[in-house]
Amino acid sequence: MTALIRTRATRTMQTVRWYLRELTGEAEYDRYCERHRRHHPQAPVPTRREYEVLRTLRREEHPQSRCC
Amino acid sequence: MSTSAMPESALPDPGGPPSPRTRMTPRSILVWSAVALAGATGWAVLALSRGEEISAVWLVVAALGSYAIAYRFYSRFIARRVLQLDDTRATPAERLEDGVDYHPTDKRVLFGHHFAAIAGAGPLVGPVLAAQMGYLPGTIWIIVGVIFAGAVQDMIVLFLSMRRDGKSLGQMARDEIGKVGGVAALIGVFAIMIILLAVLAMVVVNALAESAWGTFSVSMTIPIALFMGFYLRYLRPGRVVETSVIGVALLLLAILGGGWIQDSSLAEYFVWSPETLVFCLVGYGFVASVLPVWMLLAPRDYLSTFMKVGTIALMAVGVVIAAPVLKAEPVTEFASTGAGPVFAGSLFPFLFITIACGALSGFHALVSSGTTPKLIQKESQVRMIGYGSMLTESFVAVMALIAACVLEPGLFYAMNSPGALLGPTVESASEAVKNLGFTITPDQLTEAAKAVEEETLVGRSGGAPTLAVGMSEIFAGVLGGAGMKAFWYHFAIMFEALFILTTVDAGTRVGRFMLQDMLGNVWKPIGRVTWKPGVWITSALVVGAWGYFLYAGVTDPLGGIKQLFPLFGIANQLLAAVALAVTTTLLIKHGKLRWAWVTGIPLAWDVAVTFTAGWQKIFSDNPAIGFFALREKYAQAIEDGQLLPGATTMDDMHTIVLNNTVDGVLMAVFLLLVLTVLVNCAVVCVRAVRAPEPLPTTEAPYVESRIDVPEQSAEPLVGARS
Repeated sequence: MTALIRTRATRTMQTVRWYLRELTGEAEYDRYCERHRRHHPQAPVPTRREYEVLRTLRREEHPQSRCC
Repeated sequence: MSTSAMPESALPDPGGPPSPRTRMTPRSILVWSAVALAGATGWAVLALSRGEEISAVWLVVAALGSYAIAYRFYSRFIARRVLQLDDTRATPAERLEDGVDYHPTDKRVLFGHHFAAIAGAGPLVGPVLAAQMGYLPGTIWIIVGVIFAGAVQDMIVLFLSMRRDGKSLGQMARDEIGKVGGVAALIGVFAIMIILLAVLAMVVVNALAESAWGTFSVSMTIPIALFMGFYLRYLRPGRVVETSVIGVALLLLAILGGGWIQDSSLAEYFVWSPETLVFCLVGYGFVASVLPVWMLLAPRDYLSTFMKVGTIALMAVGVVIAAPVLKAEPVTEFASTGAGPVFAGSLFPFLFITIACGALSGFHALVSSGTTPKLIQKESQVRMIGYGSMLTESFVAVMALIAACVLEPGLFYAMNSPGALLGPTVESASEAVKNLGFTITPDQLTEAAKAVEEETLVGRSGGAPTLAVGMSEIFAGVLGGAGMKAFWYHFAIMFEALFILTTVDAGTRVGRFMLQDMLGNVWKPIGRVTWKPGVWITSALVVGAWGYFLYAGVTDPLGGIKQLFPLFGIANQLLAAVALAVTTTLLIKHGKLRWAWVTGIPLAWDVAVTFTAGWQKIFSDNPAIGFFALREKYAQAIEDGQLLPGATTMDDMHTIVLNNTVDGVLMAVFLLLVLTVLVNCAVVCVRAVRAPEPLPTTEAPYVESRIDVPEQSAEPLVGARS
């Protein structure tokens, strides 16, 4: 019984974590790396730090409007 | 470890691909009959109770029942019959996938993104002001409006933009309707945005003026955001969730700290006049627009999103658990006389422009034709993301209305009437409220202010303080009792200010890009995003433009909210008219004349509302409504050397004349711009109907989809690893 509850709880936690990472864009880096390896298997994958700089630079040039 | 077993989504089912007609099972017939019955009961209680006070829960039941029915039936009808969503057709996210702009996103995640982008302070402010006419008219408009107009607009704009690889509303207008309409739409959008930013900023100023607690906790959001920015950039790159959790914790500390500041000798340093706050906001807007986004804008956005979702959930739970009683009348006499102190004018058309966001908001068309259409995985998801998100925002508006209506009406009018009417003291305010036909004693007013630890609540217009008092009433009933009221009040002020400042940040930046784009056509260098002086000049122009209206509103002797809120509401609804006109034209161009009523009826209604309101604002000879009538009255008095009520000096008189001239001219310009778009659309519609075969459109051709998304996607998408 406790095992079942624990599995349930772990699953819920995982779902929440997955959702928050997706919503905030934290998971974007993983997707980027995966894509990078697929398209440029030889080139080194940028580090998280490098990627985040690229990401904010993009955001700089593509402002998104927020509604009232 | 994989997160392959996602639980069933709590969000509504998107209805699936356009399969041949399905018969409802007896079980679903039973369930939907029960939902319909519940909703009908809610409405019946609202409609039939006269004289007795009813619980706010009935309002929630009526709203949720109606939303469920509308989502299940009307949005499905639009999805299947009108738009003919086709899941075998590849979306731009699939066809153009580049991992940056375009990539198929899980519908639940995209729902969150889209909702965070459309929901803000708008649905919290309008319904509060509209409580002046009672809870019934506002509730009916919010619910019926969203079902037949607001959610329809959002969903169809999202669909049309998706079929055009994510083009913006302006681009669609230019490509599909014509150059004149396109240019008018572009200028209109820019001008409307300026008014929107000014009015929202004015809500913040009114909420923070003369309040040490509020000013301290809201100004602390700037160092907190900066800290988060540096943390994300240098200490823990990309750890957004962790950073946001720290940020929210700091934010709560800042609210508690505000209470401490209020009682300490430091308080005087945080008691600012409205004019000082205007200059701070304008300065802040400029800095936020030129600083790199990672420093201020991005972390603020994360904070705001977390607070938004958290507080809205809290509010829903609070309303249901506390089940407060509605103190306001269902329909007040101001609905028919039009002589209300909060905003002037009769129910039609002014209720429908006061509540814009939450029922129908043109601004959403810009968001629905921005990032979201580029991320949709499957066409059928347009229904949940477009229609569903807007229903959720409408529910936020219903809760804001409840928060305003649980207040004693006397307190509501003492807070929301213009200063000129209320006078400076609790005694004068009590007297003024009595003249309006409501009662509140000076002691009760002092007591109410003390409960939330504010100097005074008299004349705290703008909607935010009223909402905050209402929310503190509801929350304190659930958690913490009366002792927590002050905390909850400032919590509500903080979160509203946070939303608004995020909108001001983002809006100033978007406005700057628009202006750079427009001016770039005239003089190349200024269009370059990397040329610093160009960035500074255009930022200053945008900030200066909304700053002007903000300053004029804040210093307006007759009350800025009362003068400018109608302009804001009309502007937002005019934008909706543009969006609905473009969608109706496109439906007709696609050979769907038969279904054009789906957007055509809301368009006709919206045009009737906005043009009547605009007409009255310009030509009414009642000085309480018409800008020019009021101008005339004060100009005449200046000639006669008289001071009229509201003005204490001759300068005030001149300010009133100037403000009303500017507002009236602006109103006329908005109407003309939108009229241009409407005429242009009508011409294209007639041409489309007469043409022997459908006119060419810019819809992207059919490409078969290769991705397969099961109805309830069993696992997260590529890249979403655990």
